[in-house]
Parts: sequence; structure tokens; C-alpha cells
Amino acid sequence: MLKYTEDHEWLRAEGDEIVVGITRHASEQLGDVVFIELPEEGREVAAGEEIVVIESVKAASDIVAPVAGTITAVNAALAEAPGDVNGDPMAAWFFRLKPADAAAVEGFMDEDAYKALVG
Amino acid sequence: MADTIRPQPDRRTGLYDLHQQLGARMVPFAGWQMPVQYPMGVMAEHLHTRAEAGLFDVGHMGQVLVWPEDGRIETAALALESLIPADVLGLTEGRQRYGLFTDDAGGILDDLMFAHRGDHYLLVVNAARAEHDIDHLHTLSGIRVEPVADRGLLALQGPKAEAALARLVPSAAQMRFMDSRIIDWQGAALWISRSGYTGEDGFEISVPEAQLEAFARVLLDQPGVAPIGLGARDSLRLEAGLPLYGHDMDEGVTPAEAGLGWAIPNARRIGGVRAGGFPGADRVLPELDDGPSILRRGLRPQGRAPIREGVEIFAEDHGGEPVATVRSGGFGPSVGGPVAMALIPADISDGTTLWAELRGKRLPVTVCALPFVSPSYKR
Repeated sequence: MLKYTEDHEWLRAEGDEIVVGITRHASEQLGDVVFIELPEEGREVAAGEEIVVIESVKAASDIVAPVAGTITAVNAALAEAPGDVNGDPMAAWFFRLKPADAAAVEGFMDEDAYKALVG
Repeated sequence: MADTIRPQPDRRTGLYDLHQQLGARMVPFAGWQMPVQYPMGVMAEHLHTRAEAGLFDVGHMGQVLVWPEDGRIETAALALESLIPADVLGLTEGRQRYGLFTDDAGGILDDLMFAHRGDHYLLVVNAARAEHDIDHLHTLSGIRVEPVADRGLLALQGPKAEAALARLVPSAAQMRFMDSRIIDWQGAALWISRSGYTGEDGFEISVPEAQLEAFARVLLDQPGVAPIGLGARDSLRLEAGLPLYGHDMDEGVTPAEAGLGWAIPNARRIGGVRAGGFPGADRVLPELDDGPSILRRGLRPQGRAPIREGVEIFAEDHGGEPVATVRSGGFGPSVGGPVAMALIPADISDGTTLWAELRGKRLPVTVCALPFVSPSYKR
């Protein structure tokens, strides 16, 4: 099941982990992505912590951890081909995270609510 | 003069409606609403300009006519030479040159293009400095300064620019790099120069407001021509090693430090026929002979991360004081990697590895000569 954050990230629950990427809206706002720096696997992160650096031709931005937890995997192939974020953002995942609180994901928007947000 | 500063809404060029129709993302820039990109996106727009042709709205830039009050063009030339360390007098009719306004300390007040048009000069200055430059020109006697208010300005750049423009005005194909001509198009006098700021062959075309949008639309209908925004304009000029006023040079940077000594010919240098006679000559000229202590050069990050304006550069991978600060930087689509420019101490040779401090980490960068992409001007 997909959930969306106000920071324009998508979260997909898989077992007791979530997979995180950015939405089409976010990738369009960023423009052509040329550099991605991913967090280290095993890192403990706080909710809202900036853990991914994403640079487009225009500017540098951050991707935050949507919830507190542990990074269990990162998409190293994406750092090698950052432009994939502009190609198919829903397939271009950044990291897998095991939430400290399994219920923390519940509060995020569903697709309809997110579509209403970005108009 | 009143000191009250009133916030003014950003101005629009005569192509604002066209930009909207083309789906541009508009941003405020130097007091104007300008297209930063179109739906094609910055990367594709950049590559399109290098491969085909890009049409840029540069109508925010200042166009100024300078007339001699006594009708003798030499009067205007010598007046301009008192502010600009260039050979204005030696410029022939129908030709254009690049120049700088300097201040008393030898810093750069603005850069500009000036063209000899028979009985007057046409100057094109930066948008953010236009008001300043016009005031500066008004300090001169013997000339009349006429800001051009009823014309837009387009740049058509790239290997297909000549073919596209020649379909509308065939004689443009005969122009060489830095030629300046007035050519008729359907009753409109186009002021055309073979120049630009992308490193590509191309033209800058001043068009009367009444015909501006129609002319831009006809150009966009030509094969290979696409609208290009300020985002790609910036990455194109950065790759071409062209300095941008307010970033790579300003009042705190001298011509020699900016790597712009080539714009100051022998006639104005020590021992020249009209040596000096411009603001800051006592600082500018000896420095051209002796060499500056810092010099604008390129930086190639060894990794993938772009280093942007304001990033500090160090000689070591830890500790120490910064040796330079990035003036312009970003991703170079034609280079296929990050590129930057900074004023680097002259005793640090090209090929040296320096360290850029980015997000608390020192990343290796290589000092290199400019440009990153060789220009393809039609000389």
C-alpha cells in the first residue's frame, strides 16, 4: 500500500519495512537530477532528519526520513544513474527503512489525499 | 535624489505571453520576470542548444545608444574610452567588441558589448547593472545617452542558428563573429550581431517591440530551433568559461584577476598610444604586466557532486584556511559532470588537486584552464 508525505515522498510498506522514493511532482519540481548521496546502511535516523542529498541541474535539496527507524538497504544503482528519478520516480527507490514504531506510517496521506495536495 | 526605495513589481519583456504559452516556468531575475526553463527541461535545453539551435529571451538586458553631441564619432569613442579600457576608437563601423567598466580601485563595474554603428555606438549591458551603467555614462560630457526602451532582445545560439536566421534574413549568413548590422525584416529594422554568451556560434537580435513576438514565433518555427531558458543559459556560459557579472566578477575583482586582460588591447596598456585614461588604470595596467595574485580558473570535481557558488576551496583535505570560494558552479550537461569557476591563487598550477568543503566533507577537485567546452564561433 502506498502512502505519501507532505515532503512529496512515497512510502511502500513491505513486511516490517518501508521503501521510500519521491513523487513525480517532486521530481518535476527538482528538474534533471544529476547527483544523489544515499545514507549508510544500518544508520539510525530520526523522523524529519535529512538523510539523502539530491542535486538537480538547478539546486541541491534533501530527502528526509519520513519516520524514525533504521536504514536497512539503499539503492546504490540509483546513485550511479541519478537521472532515473526523472524517468520513473515511482520505481526509483532511495532506501528501505525499518520503522522504530510500526504504526508510525499510518498517519500519512493516501493517494487521493496526496493528489488533492498537489492539485 | 530621493532615498526612498519602493518595491517595484518585476518587469515583463514583450515575450511574456509567449513564454506562458510555451509552458515556461517564470522566475524573478534582476528585476524581471524571466523564463528559467521550458517543459523540455534545463538539461535537454542545454544539449539542444549545443546540437541544434536555442532561442533565448534576453530582453532584460540594457540596450543603450551613445551619440556624439558634435556629430563626430571620435568624440563618443574617446568619451567611452574614459570609462572603458578598450580600443573604442580603433573599432570599425559594423563591428562589435567586449569591454568592461572599471572603478577607481580597478574593480569591474560591469561588462558590456559595444558596436560601432556609423554615427553612434550601441551598448548592451547587464540587466541588473543597466540603471547603474546609464547613470555612469551620464557623467560623461560631449555625448548623449539614449536608453532603448522600445525593443526586445533575442539570442539565437547553436550550430543551426545561422541556417535558421538566414531563412528570414539571408544576409545574416555573411556576418562574421562580432559583426554588427542593421537588417530589414518585413519592414522592421533588426539590429543583429554575430555573438552570444553560450560558447556557440549565433546571433543577438534586437527587435522593435511591435514585431518582437511575431519574429520570435517565426524563428521558433524554423527547423531545430527551440525556446531555451535562463537555467540552460547559465550552464552553457559556465561550460564556455564565460564570466557572469555579480558572480565571477564584481567591484572586488580586477580585469586581470577575472582573466579578462584580453579585452584590454595594447593601445590602452602601458606604452600604448592611448595608455590609461580610465578609472583604476594605475592598478589595472601594472597588474596586466606583472600578473595577478589570483586568477579565475576552472574546477573539475573528481566525484559527481556539483559544487555551487559559495562553496569554500581548501589546499588540504582537512584544516587550514580557504584559498578560494566558488563563484559559479553546477552541472555541465555537455561535460557530463560538475564544473565550477573560482578565483584561484596564481601560484597554484593547473592540474593541482584542491578540496571543496561540501556538507562538512572535503571533496577533491582539480584546478583546470578554461573553458570546459571549446567555443565554436564563426570568425
